[in-house]
Amino acid sequence: MRTLAVARGVAWRTLHNVFTNPSLFIPSIVFPLFFFTAFAGGLSRVQDVPGFNYAEGYTAFQFVFVLLQSAAFGGVFTGFGIARDFESGFARRLLLAAPNRSGIVLGYAVAALVRWCVTAVILTAIALAVGMHVGGGGVDLVGLYTLAVIINVAALLWAAGVAMRLRTMQAGPIMQMPVFLVLFFAPVYVPLSLLQGWIHGVAVVNPLTRVLEAARGFLAGSPTEVAAAFGAALALAVAFSVWAFRGLRKAEAAG
Amino acid sequence: MTDYAIEASDLVRQFKNGPRAVDGIDLGVTAGEIYGFLGPNGAGKSTTVHMLTTLLPPTSGTARVAGYDVVTEGQNVRAAIGAALQEAALDPLLTGREHLRLQASLQALPRANRNERADELIARVGLTHAADRKVRGYSGGMKRRLDLAMALVHRPSVLFLDEPTTGLDIQSRTALWDEVARLAREDGVTVFLTTQYLEEADVLAGRVGIIDHGHIVAEGTTDELKAQVGRPTVEAIPDDPEDTPRLAEIFAGFGDPCGSTKGVAVRLRTGDTDLADVVRALDGAGIAVANLQLHQPTLDDVFLAKTGRSLEGSDEEETELARADLAAEPA
Amino acid sequence: MNTLADQVFLLARRSVVRTIRQPANVVAPLLFPMMLLAVNSGGLNAETRLPGFPTNSFVAFALAVPFIQGALFATMNAGTDLARDIQTGFLSRLSLTPMRGIALLAGQLGGVMALGIVQAAVYLAVGLLVGVRLASGPLGVLVLFAFALLVTLGFGALGAFAALRTGSGEAVQSLFPAFFVFLFLSSMNIPRNLIETTWFRDVATVNPVSYLLECVRSLIITGWDAEALALGFGIATAVAVVSLGLASWALRVRMART
Repeated sequence: MRTLAVARGVAWRTLHNVFTNPSLFIPSIVFPLFFFTAFAGGLSRVQDVPGFNYAEGYTAFQFVFVLLQSAAFGGVFTGFGIARDFESGFARRLLLAAPNRSGIVLGYAVAALVRWCVTAVILTAIALAVGMHVGGGGVDLVGLYTLAVIINVAALLWAAGVAMRLRTMQAGPIMQMPVFLVLFFAPVYVPLSLLQGWIHGVAVVNPLTRVLEAARGFLAGSPTEVAAAFGAALALAVAFSVWAFRGLRKAEAAG
Repeated sequence: MTDYAIEASDLVRQFKNGPRAVDGIDLGVTAGEIYGFLGPNGAGKSTTVHMLTTLLPPTSGTARVAGYDVVTEGQNVRAAIGAALQEAALDPLLTGREHLRLQASLQALPRANRNERADELIARVGLTHAADRKVRGYSGGMKRRLDLAMALVHRPSVLFLDEPTTGLDIQSRTALWDEVARLAREDGVTVFLTTQYLEEADVLAGRVGIIDHGHIVAEGTTDELKAQVGRPTVEAIPDDPEDTPRLAEIFAGFGDPCGSTKGVAVRLRTGDTDLADVVRALDGAGIAVANLQLHQPTLDDVFLAKTGRSLEGSDEEETELARADLAAEPA
Repeated sequence: MNTLADQVFLLARRSVVRTIRQPANVVAPLLFPMMLLAVNSGGLNAETRLPGFPTNSFVAFALAVPFIQGALFATMNAGTDLARDIQTGFLSRLSLTPMRGIALLAGQLGGVMALGIVQAAVYLAVGLLVGVRLASGPLGVLVLFAFALLVTLGFGALGAFAALRTGSGEAVQSLFPAFFVFLFLSSMNIPRNLIETTWFRDVATVNPVSYLLECVRSLIITGWDAEALALGFGIATAVAVVSLGLASWALRVRMART
């Protein structure tokens, strides 16, 4: 119960900071919309490439990627906030005040999730408004958004682990770059079957590829590789939760 | 007619859409003098310095530094002055030596002399051990010393120091005072020093100008200023607190009562010579005192007498206004 | 007395030294564009199968992007360094020397351009390593470097203007998303004539960054395309002239010495 109380406090404070600070809130909305516009709008011709066979069209194809990208970066942006808290000394206050410190990590995770939900709602609304086709039913869409939620949590836990180890805003690029690489070494612009050469090899072993393909399958109403996708996503979340909680211990030890 | 190294006549600076930071300043600093410009935060010290160093054009009035008009002969003024302004204006990515070489180059010192001058100044300010380290690793005191060295590269005849020891520890502060005093004494440099520290003005300055709300409210040597306020005070703490009323009655015969947190204090009517009489009076009344102190007037007393408030603990305004004004378009 | 050239050299050298001492400022302009090139070349290679795509090699098509991205980093570097000088008071210190204001600007930009050459050389070397060949030949390489310098100058001056106007490193950093938008809403990833979405094609057509990209691209893929070169150089020159004018004006206001 105390863990939940701590989590609630940390989450409230983090969300309050984000929603009352346009410079924190607006980029997390604007950037996903911008990428959606640039990719779905600018590259729509890619659906004419021979072998491109995603039934719901390029807008839907890119929507899924941007949704997952926003989930991942939503987690990372919350990680920036954690780093900022350590740099300013506020995190030390939290460590002192919280009877159960696991609640701190849980609170940041809840904040990342709530923050991303706002983005997801806006992104989905706009995608639907511009005529995105949705082939999946209710269960499929639950599957899609559940995958996105797990990615959001996994990314937050990764960024939290980095933030708690380095405890400085200069950790930003270290949080961001691996996430960027994992996202973009997946089938971003075309399906996996149309990738060739080294990028195909990298995408095959990239766990996010399973997640992305399954998510696109959910939106199209023809789920594919569901078990592999959830397995990969959950494995990432579990691995990064260990990473984050070990990071918490290191932060505690540093004082 | 005195040849002043620094003179100002009715100098005014009006901030754009804001108050008059400097509201008619007249001053004259003779060559080789250390002139202390004392005042609380927001008084107009930095703005005055910025005008005298040509970084800010006056709204009205005139000023001459080293014989040159600050408005029409700015380039000549800059060639004759060195300045260490409120922040130690250094590049964190360059070493101390690189700073001095750059300054020497920009000041057009002959190429053959630049390294030698840099080495000389590094040794003089005690930074030999750190000369080749990047400035971001320097302590506050080291930065201030480098700042001073930079201001001296081209052997200026006039040196402006804007709150040079703010934030420094006692050791660093004392070392800087020693160097400033030596500059004036041995090299004949005229020093215009702004400060909010009474002790600094007391120790270093030959003459002090006290500024408040853009006006000079008092000017003179420290002794002259204190003498204007006059008289020393005596404070006594009785052994037995019940003697306090009798103590106050005796003290009332020597001058005007003034505040004391622990005992009784009086501003002596005629000066130090009253002290012996005070002691005799206390002895005669059989009042034992735990503590008896004679306080000479301070510059804070001078400020209090002239403005009705104490010098220390005033609100900060001017630094931000001066910075904003340097950044904004001229009024 | 220092000549203007002496002062510019001193300050340009300082600009280069400062950049080298901030490894992130050296590595990021090299690494990030190359990563994006790798990712996009791999991910969008299928685009070459579209009818009308100008080349069989997406790397050749996409190699133009780092040259323009590098200019973006030039903006950031020039701007944040100048902003730091303002915030630390170092600009005031420089103002008290015989240094001419224009020397500060020219020196800062000179340093950024020197690094821009290094960046351009790296991008070209990577392109050649992965098999790209310039259709315009050795002379095209010279023209490409000249263009890269011009673009770096223009964007660097924009960053300097932002710094001199605001005195704030954060304000300069906030330009990054704006430039990012210009880059993405262009013919960065697909030729303009193949953009299907009308509004996107229209935006890319009025976006000057498209012409900067197409100028570089023409030297790599086409050879000597007079129209692309004229438009590219014309726009780069216009950007440089406007931004240098703005930066000079902001510098005069900032260094309001008598």
